Amino acid sequence: MRYLPLTDADRGAMLERIGAPSIDALFADVPAEHYLDGPIEGLPAHASEMAVERHMRQLSKQNLAAADAPFFLGAGAYRHHVPATVDHVTQRGEFLTAYTPYQPEIAQGTLQMLFEFQTQVARLYGCAIANASMYDGSTACWEAIVMAARLTKRHKALMSSGVHPHYVSVAQTMAHFTPGHIDYDLPVLCSNAGDDKLIARIDEETSCVVVHYPDVMGRIPDLPKIAEATHAAGALLIVVNTEPVALGALEAPGKLGADIVVGEGQALGVGLQFGGPYLGLFAITNPKHVRQMPGRLCGETVDADGKRGFVLTLSTREQHIRREKATSNICTNSGLCALAFSVHMTLLGEKGLAALAAENHRLACLAADRLAQVPGVNVLNDVFFNEFTLVLDTETRPLVRELADKGVLAGVSLGRLFPDGDGRENGLLVTLTETNTEEDIETLAVALQEALAEGDLA
Amino acid sequence: MPRYFTEEHEWIDVDGDSATIGITDYAQEQLGDVVFVETPQAGTQLAKGAEAGVVESVKAASDVYAPISGTVTEGNTALEDEPELVNSSPEEDGWFFKLTVADASELEGLMDEAAYETFCEGLD
Amino acid sequence: MNQINQSGWKPGTPIAADHGGDYPTVTGNKALMLEEPLLFELGTAETCGVDLPAPDPKASNRLGPMARESDIGLPGLSEPETVRHYTRLSRQNYAIDLGLFPLGSCTMKHNPRLNEKVARMPGFADVHPLQPVDTVRGALGVINELAHWLIELTGMHGVAMSPKAGAHGELCGMLCIRAALEARRDVRQVVLVPESAHGTNPATAAFAGYEVEDIPAGADGRVDLQALKARLGPDVAAVMITNPNTCGLFERDMKAISDAVHAAGGFVYCDGANFNAIMGRVRPGDLGVDAMHINLHKTFSTPHGGGGPGSGPVVLSEPLCPYGPLPFTARMEDGTVHLVEEENADQFGHTHSFGRMTAFHGQMGMFTRALAYILSHGVDGLRQASGDAVLNANYLLRSLDDVLDAPFGDAGHCMHEALLSDHGFAEGMTTLDVAKGLIDEGFHPMTMYFPLVVHGAMLVEPTETESKATLDQFIAAMRSLAERAKAGDETLKTAPHHAPRARLDEAHAARKPVLAYQEVANG
Repeated sequence: MRYLPLTDADRGAMLERIGAPSIDALFADVPAEHYLDGPIEGLPAHASEMAVERHMRQLSKQNLAAADAPFFLGAGAYRHHVPATVDHVTQRGEFLTAYTPYQPEIAQGTLQMLFEFQTQVARLYGCAIANASMYDGSTACWEAIVMAARLTKRHKALMSSGVHPHYVSVAQTMAHFTPGHIDYDLPVLCSNAGDDKLIARIDEETSCVVVHYPDVMGRIPDLPKIAEATHAAGALLIVVNTEPVALGALEAPGKLGADIVVGEGQALGVGLQFGGPYLGLFAITNPKHVRQMPGRLCGETVDADGKRGFVLTLSTREQHIRREKATSNICTNSGLCALAFSVHMTLLGEKGLAALAAENHRLACLAADRLAQVPGVNVLNDVFFNEFTLVLDTETRPLVRELADKGVLAGVSLGRLFPDGDGRENGLLVTLTETNTEEDIETLAVALQEALAEGDLA
Repeated sequence: MPRYFTEEHEWIDVDGDSATIGITDYAQEQLGDVVFVETPQAGTQLAKGAEAGVVESVKAASDVYAPISGTVTEGNTALEDEPELVNSSPEEDGWFFKLTVADASELEGLMDEAAYETFCEGLD
Repeated sequence: MNQINQSGWKPGTPIAADHGGDYPTVTGNKALMLEEPLLFELGTAETCGVDLPAPDPKASNRLGPMARESDIGLPGLSEPETVRHYTRLSRQNYAIDLGLFPLGSCTMKHNPRLNEKVARMPGFADVHPLQPVDTVRGALGVINELAHWLIELTGMHGVAMSPKAGAHGELCGMLCIRAALEARRDVRQVVLVPESAHGTNPATAAFAGYEVEDIPAGADGRVDLQALKARLGPDVAAVMITNPNTCGLFERDMKAISDAVHAAGGFVYCDGANFNAIMGRVRPGDLGVDAMHINLHKTFSTPHGGGGPGSGPVVLSEPLCPYGPLPFTARMEDGTVHLVEEENADQFGHTHSFGRMTAFHGQMGMFTRALAYILSHGVDGLRQASGDAVLNANYLLRSLDDVLDAPFGDAGHCMHEALLSDHGFAEGMTTLDVAKGLIDEGFHPMTMYFPLVVHGAMLVEPTETESKATLDQFIAAMRSLAERAKAGDETLKTAPHHAPRARLDEAHAARKPVLAYQEVANG
């Protein structure tokens, strides 16, 4: 087996020093009736690198990759062009095969990178402090709700109807096992994000208001207005962002009144990867809240010679010290994804991020205008960044499937996200990024028009 | 002014119906470099044994308990900016909080200095 | 830009004399050991390493009133500067690719590069989680094939694949247990956890809404079966046990423990962090375990990546399976694999799910890597791997137990990790000093001060991917360090002496935390 360096001669010499007759003898503490004498039956034996690669390529080929079709999916996971440099850096063994930087003298590479990452995220979100990342956006969102409950000592989290339904679902699942509960209403297909309805539901029990920015239909809520009402009730405003590129064009939530900003960072550097691993981002505007913040934090310090260096800090919040009193049971971040995000952001810089955002928005505007010309198609949104909702006279799930059969990945049906109907099944979420061409837009418009004209989508 | 000690390594100075509470030199040595202290706010009513605050070092976090019942009159705000006072002066400048003694009889079960010293020796 | 940071250090500032040694340099660099400034000291807002069309200021704009007006403050670097920045940073890291990483409980084994190649195949790396199911059958096939292996290797009934990391998997398992108890209207408050457990265990139990009580350990480093039995009762929801345990020992009474817990109406959670020791040799399902997470980044060689991403599938017993989270995959008799979500759970008879733990389907990028690893080994190779892992650990134990205290060294063979302690060190010498001495010898330190039940614990896990030559070099280093610690060698107190940084001031970092870069006007 190519990954196992010991030879039989080595094994023999080592067993001799141990004073055991065989490797099996080392397992003497396992009761004999439960010890497996040989390989488990029915599973294949070892395989060469070439054979494994062949098997995996067969499985890979059974999927339609985004690059092989005009591709318009978003809804919390975005396809952007990832520069080759990003993957080169993440494949360096010193990053890829390092452990959590608990030994700072020999982990300054990871630690300095995390310090830079935290600073990039804090600035992108308009916040004071960001942590070293979390599992993904949906779990970061739940952790923010828990943190708000700790700070306000209240237990009702009000989630806007515009929040991604999977994020709501994660929060509802987790809330069931805590004293907290989630107040949430399903969205209706209308152009405004429902800010006033949301504000009307804030009361003195509310620990936090959770708003998605831009929301699951691509709409852009009025954050300052919601922030004012939230704070007047003594609650905290949590803003969720799932498309960091949008913040190249939209004002940072932390500058518009958010107390906690969380999000999904996958769009930069990480890639689609069928849903994971992704990158949870978490930041706060008030530095005094830092001790209630979950997740790892990297901080600046000096070494014994007075040189600047970095360490993981404030770790007394975490499970390995606080055990059952920890702020969270999390003991990992998404380090390699944070590195990918940080390298991509470094390559872009402020100028590049703004240009990338402008290009995304330009293409989205072109697509919205073109698709609005297709008979039977209406664009829901007045304002949007790179994602908007089309409303059709028919269910969009069968339509999306039919277009996929024709080689066009047309978008995300709201019927997939909200399977319980009530009009939402006629919504189609369409996303444009710099990876789309103007020909892609034309292809989608024509394919949509043909499919609707055929009218037989059952 | 009598000084009492607890098995949780706290000291209590009692002056009439007012008590000042901190952690002992032994405790600060066990904790190592103290980096953060949270003290209770004035007006907080504490029952004997209730969590009154937190003291954290780089590697450890401990709750500080109310050794006797009472109402907090003052937390040591100097510790917010200078938590290291707990290391440099644990039994004077590094005090945690003051409270009014609700029930003086609760002091009876506590140790004096000699008993506490013997208690610590038994721990090593 | 003229910026300094809070420490006052900036590029070009001469560094402390003792680190320059006898031959100080102007730059502070020492040949291949290069000092690297922060991105924020190098880059500018105008520099960009990506070619993008210049924005047209006259272009139509539908951003509405939230359009950005203020600056963000993100410096950029050109591509060559970016490559050099991160390459220089990378060289300040220790890594498995460089040498032995004997962290107990962490299973730092070789990360095969085939895994990386496979994960980057476009059918896995470049597919969206919400694509129509017919366009991702192969991706679902990977999840299902890996799930099958995990079920067979553990002898369990089913597996929840979506948890994002070990602790997330623990939470998943505990939520299954709670949901199962709730379904039979059985209210229980307490979860029993041994003192030697990973800190995540009590944190997870508390997060799931339970009170945590310690289970005492016996003198032999294992759970005290009689004490445990005495504590069981109608208030105990579950017992969380790590097997092999964190002292590196197999819990011989595991089946008896499970039987007792089940008889009292509770469930058995097993922390699977140490599964590498027993893979292919004993199946947790045969020992009565109800739920166990598997750290793919430990046992199945997916990269640690400097602290994540992990992946923590949870295998479940038959009574717990109905409560597992959505989504999951199901293979039909005709071989097609389906994605089971909220809307079609009924069709697959999965009506009691406790819900969704994460937005999408789990750590696909880790599933592909883990599957490539498993297929490479095959069922025979996995069994050999656990055998070699245990052999390597015992070889270290028996090569060190004459110079270092081995708390349970007389209790028989250890499993995949060897537990040592600071007993016998000179006054003032600590486990930390030995660990920092290992850095100078070119090794990553072992796990220190864990488990908590042993004073000055050193938990050493070599894994199966280390050669005998590497182990012998490590043994020589450890023997030398043990002698120095026993002799009170003061130079160990200031180790490491050869790392990119000397010991860092953690108290300084925690007292006045600086968690983001701040520009300070240069006065």
